[in-house]
Amino acid sequence: MSTDKIRWTPRSVVSHVLLAAVTLLFLAPVVYAVATALKPPGETFADPTALTGSHLRWQNFADVFDYLPFQRFILNGLLVAVIGTLVVLTASSLGAYAFARLKWRGRDGLFLVFLATLMVPQEVLVVPMFILMQEFGWVNSYQALIFPWAFTAFGTFLLRQFFRGIPYELQEAATLDGCSPLRTFRSVMLPIARPALSVLAVFTFIGYWNSFLWPLIIVNDVSALGTVPLGLELFFGQNGNQWHLVMAASVISLVPTLLLLIALQKHLVKGIAATGLAGR
Amino acid sequence: MVTPPIEQSTRPAPGSAARPSRVRDGGRRGGPRRRERWYAYGFLSPGVVGLTVFTLFPVAMAVVMSLYHWPIFGERSFLGLGNFRYLLLEDPGFLVSVRNTFVFTALFLPLNVVLSLALAFWISNSRWQQLFRVLFFIPAITPMVVNAVIWKMLYQPQGVIAHYLDSWFGITAPNFLADSGTAMISVVVMSVWQGIGYNLVVFSAAIDQLPRSVLEAAEIDGARGLTKFLRVQLPLMSPAVFFVTTMTMITSMQVFTQTYILTRGGPGDSTVTMVQNVYENGFVSRDLGVAAAGAWLLFAVILLITAVQFLGQKRWVHYEH
Repeated sequence: MSTDKIRWTPRSVVSHVLLAAVTLLFLAPVVYAVATALKPPGETFADPTALTGSHLRWQNFADVFDYLPFQRFILNGLLVAVIGTLVVLTASSLGAYAFARLKWRGRDGLFLVFLATLMVPQEVLVVPMFILMQEFGWVNSYQALIFPWAFTAFGTFLLRQFFRGIPYELQEAATLDGCSPLRTFRSVMLPIARPALSVLAVFTFIGYWNSFLWPLIIVNDVSALGTVPLGLELFFGQNGNQWHLVMAASVISLVPTLLLLIALQKHLVKGIAATGLAGR
Repeated sequence: MVTPPIEQSTRPAPGSAARPSRVRDGGRRGGPRRRERWYAYGFLSPGVVGLTVFTLFPVAMAVVMSLYHWPIFGERSFLGLGNFRYLLLEDPGFLVSVRNTFVFTALFLPLNVVLSLALAFWISNSRWQQLFRVLFFIPAITPMVVNAVIWKMLYQPQGVIAHYLDSWFGITAPNFLADSGTAMISVVVMSVWQGIGYNLVVFSAAIDQLPRSVLEAAEIDGARGLTKFLRVQLPLMSPAVFFVTTMTMITSMQVFTQTYILTRGGPGDSTVTMVQNVYENGFVSRDLGVAAAGAWLLFAVILLITAVQFLGQKRWVHYEH
């Protein structure tokens, strides 16, 4: 296969031209969104084929922040996603290490319980979770946006697989040198596990950043606690005719995920291929 | 080969704890062993407490709630299977939402799998395979709400899709999202766009791992093009196809955000999905008992279809070992 990749035959040239066309068509919605974000008000549908309006209006991006507290949505989204990711990484790496490398009674049984919880869909959980949040007094709070989804067994499972692949001798050497399990975990295992941790971190971050159903249920005061998807949806509902602003807001919301994708594309693609990790 | 994560767990990694632990301990007992156990409990406590509070307890509670009349505010009363009976026999919306969800899955799943498989093979011949993977992956990780809002603009009657249908093919486009004949297919098209890159990456990795020797042997035997694909490559990739099909089915049965943003379930109830039914029963009509029952029915449907897929896999999925 690799030899085909270097040789240019007429056939492969045609194939690449067609492939480029398909890719362009595929990316057209995003391009069109960016183009619309730069059109002056009222020109969105003036000429559907035109990528630019009468002039490029960069002001749209600033106007978004006047029309709605978008900076608030971004900060909320970042806060929730960053804290959520830290909690997920901490809880699942510790648990994964105990499952992969420490010996204790009941390990396999408890691991089966962890695995079983992976089957329960979010929809089954949101209904009682709402009651739980009421009982905690957490309705309409950051805690409610963060904690209910920070303890899924998936991260534990993923990291356990990784820890199991690390040579046992390393751990033994650390133990002989007098390291406690905590020290071994922190100074030996975590640094080695960095690739797995970063894949888990990115997908957890994206999961929080994109989530919609739970914020829709638990947030009453969108202008104070809305995350980006929720705020955008509200804004869109009220300003559906102001497409230039909606698109400017949309384009802004795409930026963090696109930056992550560019920075970590090799890890991400490998991570998905190896684990089928869900970013959806 | 890509296998479902759950199957990797049964394969002991070399040098892992699957080896007899006594050998590793060198016969030492007592002190270090017991200390290790207490460390294990300490390490596990955040995860176990979190999982108990935020998953196990809610699951148990969801069982109880589905058996009660449980308004968000006000008195609860025991109903037995009344909520399930209501959903299946009386609620005019529930069965419609089941039908819509099945229609969505029946359209989305094959389209997504076939197109992402075809694209994965297509880009596998390019030296820029990596770049194409990333480009097609973009919609898979950008916020669904944003993707849906963008497509809502494209679908407007005065929008760009309607315009090109008219100017290139002379077709007067319907109002895609407001016409019950086109609303669901419009949602499906947007969803395929959004979901294709994810499965493309999985397939693409599976293609990379096809055993070179087998492919070369097949080529020497004269297998070309479609024959090579159907008789050699596809069977070798069947575990990946099975994985993708199963995962895509599970997620498409839970479709909500796209339909909610694009159509709000409309026109009429032609795109209301099962999750929207749960959401509306629970948080619009404020009857959490009915919502819990609806969520259980959704889960039951997913489990049933997944079980059928697992039983059926023996017929067409070939594992190496």
